[in-house]
Amino acid sequence: MMPKLPFLKKEKTDASTPLSTGDRSEIFRASRRDFLKIGSLAAGGFVLGINFQCNGPKGELITFAPNVFVSIGSDNIVTIVAHRSEMGTGIRTTLPMIVADELGADWSKVKIVQAEGDEEKYGNQNTDGSFSVRMFYEPMKKAGATARHMLVQAAAKEWGVDPSECDTESSHVILKGGSKKIPFGDLVAQIQVMEIPKPEVLTMKEFSSYKLVGTDLPIYDVKDIATGKAVFGADVNLPNMLIAVVQRSPVVGAKVVSFNDEKALAVPGVKKVVKIDGPGLPAGLDKPLEGIAVLAENTWAAIKGSQALEIEWDLGPNQTYNSGVQLEEMLKSTASNGTVKRERGNFNQAKSSSGKVLEKTYLAPFYAHSTIEPPAAIADVKADGSVEVWAPSQHPQWARGAVAGALGIDVSKVKINVTLLGGGFGRKSKPDFVAEAALLSKAAGVPVRVQWTRECDLHHDYFHSHSAQRIVATLDGSGNLTGWNHHTVFPAIGSGLDAAPPSDGELDLGCRDFPYDVPNIRIEAHESSAHTRVGWLRSVSNIHHAFAISTMLDEIAETKGVDPVDQAIQLLGEDKDLIFAGEMVGDYGNYGEKIEDFPWNTGRMKKVIETVAEKSNWKANLAAGKAVGFAAHKSFLTYVACVVTVEKDAAGNLLIPEVHYAVDCGIPVNTDRIRSQFEGGAQFATSLAMTSAITFENGKVQQNNFDTYKVIRMPQSPKKINVHIIPSTEKPTGVGEPPVPPFIPALANAIYKLTGKRNYELPFKA
Amino acid sequence: MENYTLTINGKTQDVNAPEDMPLLWVIRDLLDMKGTKFGCGQALCGACTVHLDGEAVRSCSLPISQVGEGKITTIEGLSEEGDHPLQKAWVEHIVPQCGYCQSGQIMNAAALLAKNPSPSDSDIESAMEGNLCRCGTYNRIKDAILTASKSL
Ligand code: FES
Ligand code: FES
Repeated sequence: MMPKLPFLKKEKTDASTPLSTGDRSEIFRASRRDFLKIGSLAAGGFVLGINFQCNGPKGELITFAPNVFVSIGSDNIVTIVAHRSEMGTGIRTTLPMIVADELGADWSKVKIVQAEGDEEKYGNQNTDGSFSVRMFYEPMKKAGATARHMLVQAAAKEWGVDPSECDTESSHVILKGGSKKIPFGDLVAQIQVMEIPKPEVLTMKEFSSYKLVGTDLPIYDVKDIATGKAVFGADVNLPNMLIAVVQRSPVVGAKVVSFNDEKALAVPGVKKVVKIDGPGLPAGLDKPLEGIAVLAENTWAAIKGSQALEIEWDLGPNQTYNSGVQLEEMLKSTASNGTVKRERGNFNQAKSSSGKVLEKTYLAPFYAHSTIEPPAAIADVKADGSVEVWAPSQHPQWARGAVAGALGIDVSKVKINVTLLGGGFGRKSKPDFVAEAALLSKAAGVPVRVQWTRECDLHHDYFHSHSAQRIVATLDGSGNLTGWNHHTVFPAIGSGLDAAPPSDGELDLGCRDFPYDVPNIRIEAHESSAHTRVGWLRSVSNIHHAFAISTMLDEIAETKGVDPVDQAIQLLGEDKDLIFAGEMVGDYGNYGEKIEDFPWNTGRMKKVIETVAEKSNWKANLAAGKAVGFAAHKSFLTYVACVVTVEKDAAGNLLIPEVHYAVDCGIPVNTDRIRSQFEGGAQFATSLAMTSAITFENGKVQQNNFDTYKVIRMPQSPKKINVHIIPSTEKPTGVGEPPVPPFIPALANAIYKLTGKRNYELPFKA
Repeated sequence: MENYTLTINGKTQDVNAPEDMPLLWVIRDLLDMKGTKFGCGQALCGACTVHLDGEAVRSCSLPISQVGEGKITTIEGLSEEGDHPLQKAWVEHIVPQCGYCQSGQIMNAAALLAKNPSPSDSDIESAMEGNLCRCGTYNRIKDAILTASKSL
């Protein structure tokens, strides 16, 4: 049974019911006591909770009963709880700014506190799948509007005027015209005894009247980061804490036969050696690997101690695994019939009657996340059996469950404090490293920080899986695309030794949702097996799917002798909502949203394509023979088009002087963070396209550190990255992942213009 | 284990450590100053960059026994009020994403500007090449360095 993909589903950790964003949140008065557990509050403060409720797949109401708190202190400080994990997207700023803006708060008087991982209190906290803004925009607005409504009522009563005469501004209620104003903090006593207003009486601000939403608001933590004060996973220090460095199964599934810790224990500072029992195979998504941990007074002693361990491993069935051999087999398999996952028209007929057939294959490697902060977590198992954890976790509730499971205790005994994450990209949603810390603290009887080295990180990641694809395109006599047959194969997330095709959820990521008006479409999936831990990496299988599809489309345009931008617009056809009715075999996930709520709108895609073409001067550059490449790809419900320019320097190095992106992510909440995600996405994708690959021999990862697993450095970065945000009042969607997929094919297409050689394999050789 | 007297951010600190312990772990574990980060341990990422007598060094690969009398500056000591021109420029350009690499980036950039107050684009690229940012903030780092260099 394949696990559900948590990055696609707004799941509860114990049930994987997909939920849609249809907002049914409820605002209620929260107890001060609850609030004081997480933040400080001036005397007499007022606290509101947001009770998120969402629609289930059949429209039924699902209540999480979580509370995200907004409080107003008598000192006029508004405190907002950030319940999503901050890994660099700016979400810790972006959600609170929605509340603050709707409330009319002075941002300089807003305090943000990070929520602990607690599903009962905060609902889903899985920060993944680019859905934080999508899911929480409406509830955040409602919380702000509720508090504003109450403050306005209180001030109006005090002044003896009609509430419609009043508004809020800079953390004050003001009488319109400006003759009177009163700080929020002075109204706390009045609103404390007021009924919480019904949602029907609330008025929400128009987008045009927002002062924070839609602007370049700086992230809350920017000063702390620039001064070295920001607290990341490994930065928490507890009395008597030991540091653990672990030697883990060199091959997934390997078990310890015996070990000798004599030399490790002789390293000054080493205190203890502890065996961690791993699950063997299947390795699972949330369990520590088997390993031997060296616990020491400091990190250096732990590193030295772990190097001094002598371990005899039973390497198990994966010890003969060679990723290059598997990739060749996977490629071969795409030439046969797979399982049909989408069918429109009759592809075989189109093929037999076509004027021309283009058939191309595409390969992509395993990738590691290689966040600059390697995994680290701190656990303090107390004498009463309860445990407190500090971890850079994308999914604190999964971590909470994994810790409880590892220790055999109830989740209520586990407190998870979420630190800042030094990058996530999907890696830190897995709780294996958090469970390790808990197991080791229990064994040692003192707090333990488990510290992964870079080598640990690269050897024991949950990798983005390698993939093989074959696309067969049929063209009629005038070069029009009449048939599209896409074969894809890659070891599925969470899969193991048994052969299996990618899950429907993975096929939905930029493969089955092929949006173009082609009369005959057949999508086929093939089986493969996993010999390492496969997880999800920023934009997941969109990475390889977009690469194959958008380079193939470029080739088709070339064959026909048309501009690929014109071709894309023509192939998208009339403005319409695609719902793929009757064509998908199996469930179509649509990123956890009902397709009726978030249809695939060809008009929005055409608009981003036209915008990027215009802003990048596409036509003129093309006519001038510049090496420019284009691709468009929708992922995570966000529409993106991209144009990349390349050139070579005197030494023959490939440079990327300019990138243009156009993005339609609905209402743009924090425009600076949207741009920064695209700037970063282009750089992240450059690494995937040009420098990075993980390979396995004899079951072992061949790359050890940044000398062999290469990510781009400043000189290789695209120089000028222009991000054109489409003004929109559509429901907001996320931007963490969508920048990555279209960049790689746009770059490939640009390189082809420059060199005359097409790249069919990532990372590129050019 | 040896006794060492270090000068860090203008203060003298006595530590007892094995001679091969990298300065990074002395700073982070023995002195509990957490602004300097661990990224690779092999002088490949720059997250651990500090100054030794004004030069940017990778503290993960500098054994304490080689520090000698050198004066060490970490991100905590770069400026008293967090207002070094680079720190101000970092805020102005909203450089960080996750922020993890940024202490090292700023320390490396500060050593560059101390030597070369008006670096060109390519001076910046070659000086900053050793500092990785996985989030992809390279362009803003460059812009912030240029902004800071103008205010010097
Ligand atoms: S940790 Fe020192 S250079 Fe990476
Ligand atoms: S800001 Fe995240 S690694 Fe640089």
